[in-house]
Amino acid sequence: MASRKDGAVAEIEKKIIEAFEVFDHECNKTVDVREIGSIVRSLGCFPTEAELHELLAKVEEEEPTGYINLEKFLPVMTKVLLDRSYQPIPEDVLLHAFEVSLKRIFIKTKCLFCLSGEPFTEEEMEDMLSTALDPETNTVRYRDYISMMIVDET
Amino acid sequence: MGNCTSLQPLQFRRLALFLSLAFKAAVLIQQWYRRYVARLEMRRRCTWRIFQSIEYACEQDQIKLHNFFSYLMDHFTPSSSKERDFISRMFISGESFKEAELEKYCDYESMEVPDSYTGPRLSFPLLPDHATALLEAFKQKQQLHARYVLNLLHETRKHLKQLPNISHVSTCYSEEVTVCGDLHGQLDDLFFIFYKNGLPSPSKSYVFNGDFVDRGKQSLEILIILFTFLLIYPKEVHLNRGNHEDHMVNLRYGFAKEVMQKYKVHGKKILKMIQNVFCWLPLATLIDQKVLIIHGGISDTTDLDMLQKIQRNKVGWSFPSGSGRRCRSKSSGAASWWTASRSQRSPPIPILDILWSDPMPQEGCRVNTVRGGGCYFGPDVTDKILEKYNLQFLIRSHECKHEGYEFCHNRKVLTIFSASNYYEIGSNRGAYVKLGPDLVPHFVQYQASKTAHTLTMTQRISRVEESAFRALREKLFAHTSALISAFKAYDKDNTGKISLSSWAMAVESVLHLGLPWRMLRPQLVRSTVDGMLEYKSWLDDLAMEQRSQEHIQSSLLEVIYRNRSNLETIFRIIDRDHSGLISFEEFRQTWKLFSTHMNIELTDDGIDDLVRSIDFNKDGNIDFNEFLEAFRLVKQSQVCLQMQSREREGRYL
Repeated sequence: MASRKDGAVAEIEKKIIEAFEVFDHECNKTVDVREIGSIVRSLGCFPTEAELHELLAKVEEEEPTGYINLEKFLPVMTKVLLDRSYQPIPEDVLLHAFEVSLKRIFIKTKCLFCLSGEPFTEEEMEDMLSTALDPETNTVRYRDYISMMIVDET
Repeated sequence: MGNCTSLQPLQFRRLALFLSLAFKAAVLIQQWYRRYVARLEMRRRCTWRIFQSIEYACEQDQIKLHNFFSYLMDHFTPSSSKERDFISRMFISGESFKEAELEKYCDYESMEVPDSYTGPRLSFPLLPDHATALLEAFKQKQQLHARYVLNLLHETRKHLKQLPNISHVSTCYSEEVTVCGDLHGQLDDLFFIFYKNGLPSPSKSYVFNGDFVDRGKQSLEILIILFTFLLIYPKEVHLNRGNHEDHMVNLRYGFAKEVMQKYKVHGKKILKMIQNVFCWLPLATLIDQKVLIIHGGISDTTDLDMLQKIQRNKVGWSFPSGSGRRCRSKSSGAASWWTASRSQRSPPIPILDILWSDPMPQEGCRVNTVRGGGCYFGPDVTDKILEKYNLQFLIRSHECKHEGYEFCHNRKVLTIFSASNYYEIGSNRGAYVKLGPDLVPHFVQYQASKTAHTLTMTQRISRVEESAFRALREKLFAHTSALISAFKAYDKDNTGKISLSSWAMAVESVLHLGLPWRMLRPQLVRSTVDGMLEYKSWLDDLAMEQRSQEHIQSSLLEVIYRNRSNLETIFRIIDRDHSGLISFEEFRQTWKLFSTHMNIELTDDGIDDLVRSIDFNKDGNIDFNEFLEAFRLVKQSQVCLQMQSREREGRYL
């Protein structure tokens, strides 16, 4: 039993190291702090921005250098994956979320997304709308949009 | 909610409740969206890694081939005159003609241009009208008559011969200098650059930093256009040599083939001339004595004064061979014909460094094992050179960059790459850089493909990703036997299954591509049971995708796929007259040579089987173009169509 668990941990660590290395341009086991979000999310987690900041606080150096070391990142991220923190949102909850915000005020939801606790940047807003918006009706076909986002999951 | 501007307390509470729900909903959506974007980014980077690792692995293959030839030259003693002839053809063909012989061989003056020819007619000295006519003609997909091509090449050679190794450009004569990187036969990109930036002129200088040819399908057109402008505006247009301006590389990467396909009668002459012209291309350009432009990079031994003095045309072939060591003279046991063919085999190392090196983030200077030539140079090497020659920064190309350009070494080294969509439509932008007297770089980026613009980011990434994975699956298939052995090693109990973790380790141990296999797994391995993979059926699925002919045994197919490029290169070297035909006997000898090098066990019977199943016509000649095309990775339907039409013609393949 114990060895199987160790095997699982080792496998998780290998996965984290791989994802980390994809963003490690200088091949010196560091990544730009701004890429941590991408790394964490591509490992299957759904942290809010607030949760991401918490994580960063744990892995940053005492004097923030703008870079995160693999040494510090690995144990923290391993725990995140083992504890299954930052779980994905089930599809029906997401659908409901769209219905709540979109049904009434989507186009004006631009405000909503920018005023919310975790505001979208101008860029994110444009990106999202350009893929989600149906140019003919100027509305979001959110069911299709959700399917597209969810299909991407493995 | 009504038109009133004030709310009852109850209405207010309901509104507040609703808004807080809405905000929560927004956060949920944002969480999901950000995750989606992060995954896209990861996919994009993984795709890039795949393309790069396969590209460099291919270059390494070429190096192995050359190492093999070097080994042959140092150790092989032919036992029969037949063998001797066979081997010598390989090496003599790499030599350049003596100048006088070249003139005679590539004579164009006796070539008649028929009245029916509607393409551009060139007369020398060239005028701007000729350039415009050529551009227009190429846009209409016309072809320049061979006579004019050869004439142009002659004049280009004459011009290049009087140029120094390092060209000098000054921004005070023409306000701006535009520097372009690798074009690799992508004519659309060149058209775009001229459209956006203007044609070369007395007030518009250009520097083209090498790698004009190979891979893309219009390398010859690009050369013709560049050489034309070079002759019309000699003070304003400057060309640097790249590592692809080299005959051996052209045999492998498509330029030689392109020329022979477009000019069936005179292609050989044209290729010979171009081979010579390439040798005369300058090696570097200096802008205002402050910015050094070279194709690849530098090394810790780069010395501009020495570079200036080198006889650059004496480089027989500029492809690196192993450590790029100089040719040792062999005293014992070498026949005289042997020594004759060995002169100038290895190029001077300074030229190799200029054409093949890449920058690295770490300090120092080490051998570039990925490319097999030149070195990796660190920021300290850059600083030293800049200080020694009082330069501001370096511009180089040689590496594909996603945005078309990239700075490194603290903005002291700029990589500029002008071939957009290099790996696949949507894979990267191209860029060019403009420098004024202040030497501050201004960039223009582009993607010269209408399709790329209509795709969303997701579609673009998916498309490039598909292409990368196709290439990767082919590579996996090509190593089927080695993979089976590796998998079996992890499957001691012979269950036919291995864990995904073992799969990742086994695959890396065989392919050595350094890819993040666990990240890529979902695209490569579709079905698993309890986290375990049935490896035999997985490999069978891969084979099904690749197989183009049923009657060739799969192990042979695997061998051919794995070594396709090497095979082709060797064939093309044997085929000195570029006719596409070699004799049956040469075919067997070539195959034997090839299999010794590649450590393949293939008996004589195996070769005979191969030939019989392809059923070459019995005239003793093998049309190896068709042979190679048959094993090239084409879509299933295309191959079937080819086979059907040939059967109708009474020939196989």
